[in-house]
Amino acid sequence: METTILVFLLFILVLSIFLGFEVISKVPSLLHTPLMSGSNAISGITVLGALLAAGLAKGGTNDFAALLGGCAVAFAMINVAGGYFVTNRMLNMFKKKEKK
Amino acid sequence: MELTTLINIVYILSAITFILGFKLMSSPVSAKRGNIISAVGMGAAIIVTLMDTHVERFEFILGGMVIGTAIGLLFAFRTPMTGMPQMVGLLNGFGGLASLLVAWAEFHAHPEGQGVFGGTVLWLTAIIGSITFSGSLIAWAKLEEKFISGKPIMYTGQQFVTGAVLFGILATGVLFALDTVAPEAYRYFALFSVLAFIIGILLVIPIGGADMPVVICLLNSYSGMAACASGFIVQNNLLIVAGALVGASGIILTLIMCKAMNRSVANVFLGGFGTPVTGAAAQVVGEMKEVKIDGAYLMLEAASKVVIVPGYGMAVSQAQHAVRELTEALEKNGAEVSFAIHPVAGRMPGHMNVLLAEANISYDAMVEMDAINPTMDTVDVCMVIGANDVVNPAAQEDKTSPLWGMPIIEASRARTVIVMKRGKGKGFAGVENLLFFRNNCRMLYGDAKGSLQTLVSEFKGGS
Repeated sequence: METTILVFLLFILVLSIFLGFEVISKVPSLLHTPLMSGSNAISGITVLGALLAAGLAKGGTNDFAALLGGCAVAFAMINVAGGYFVTNRMLNMFKKKEKK
Repeated sequence: MELTTLINIVYILSAITFILGFKLMSSPVSAKRGNIISAVGMGAAIIVTLMDTHVERFEFILGGMVIGTAIGLLFAFRTPMTGMPQMVGLLNGFGGLASLLVAWAEFHAHPEGQGVFGGTVLWLTAIIGSITFSGSLIAWAKLEEKFISGKPIMYTGQQFVTGAVLFGILATGVLFALDTVAPEAYRYFALFSVLAFIIGILLVIPIGGADMPVVICLLNSYSGMAACASGFIVQNNLLIVAGALVGASGIILTLIMCKAMNRSVANVFLGGFGTPVTGAAAQVVGEMKEVKIDGAYLMLEAASKVVIVPGYGMAVSQAQHAVRELTEALEKNGAEVSFAIHPVAGRMPGHMNVLLAEANISYDAMVEMDAINPTMDTVDVCMVIGANDVVNPAAQEDKTSPLWGMPIIEASRARTVIVMKRGKGKGFAGVENLLFFRNNCRMLYGDAKGSLQTLVSEFKGGS
């Protein structure tokens, strides 16, 4: 890997970490459980890397690598589907009752 | 427009939706919208990745997508709200495993041309993924209390063993990164992945069940870091951004939980907390005074401001719905009812809020510890339901107490305190609760759910 790409990716990483701390420290403790399940869903972003591996062209070492990629797709999708839907289910329960 | 340009533009938009999703979580009103926006961004990123020219076959993709989505949906709709910590714990582990598999697949297909940097990234992704996976499995089992007990497991030479395994991971990592094409490279890869799996177990095994919330938060962060590291393998910005967001979120929650227990992260991970305390604790003065349902009813009936302090014990006895009924009865009687939530109440951050919300309790009645404490003097009746250590005044008064310095909900300052408790036992930390011996405190023994229901029927009969 070239050094220029490495520096560029590190640049993105550092900025994202600061942004993450800034945005997430504003989430109230009321919503910390949905925050964690939502994080589960977003950590399923690995699915993009998994898709590239699972879609490798046929032949040679690629076949086994693609099988590994397919397994990775499955585990990452558990996070994506499970995470988003359970977060939605939880957030649906947070209601404000009108005072009589 | 070139295809790669289009793909990258969609990735940028997806990154924006993830950030927006977290930002909208700053309020319960907008949080749901944020979650949906974030999910749309994820869907778009997946679709454009499938259009990538490097994706040349679809059988494994299709298989993985169908199986993963089906299992995910099953988790999402079948898990009860009390089981949320276990579910989040498991998903952390799956995230780690997915990253490990991506690293393995990449190394298997392209061992050549990785260079020292490529090798290092593969190593990092594999070990973070592997540690997250095994650590999460142990944390899950401890929470379920199925396969291993929730108690901390300690043995002699623990630190030596951990140190030796860590050294093994480092050494094989260096050998691997220096030459990923060497015939031994595959063996090194397998070795450090397995050693990392072992270290994940070794790190979580000594930690007690009461500290699992902290562990879950930290593993949540690790699963993000693993995704981030795999972003360096496939050189994808979106993985790095999303992984970093999750990593930051987990770290913030870990620090909040540690602060709420007045302990350092190191202290939690060196383990051993939750074992019975020896040594001289301060002498307790006074005695516990019991109250029966009738007495409790009279106190509540006369109260105009009631604060309820729920703990995990409330969820265990499935008393949330009875709590809601009592809340309604009290409000009908003209009282103002609010819920004081300690950051470590429940088994993960915010767990108590979800359980109360499930029982249809309005979220604006749930108040954070720092907001409720200044008002405690004006409270007529403070009901403690299934909580113990988080209301123990020893944290503020007894320097020899293991709880010393931990922020608490100052229940003892209310005019009257009613503690609903199954028996006379001690809390998680094994410390005598000074609150129970106060003059203004009354103990209401018995199953919380049953007692609450009787109280509700008293209210109905009396009015």
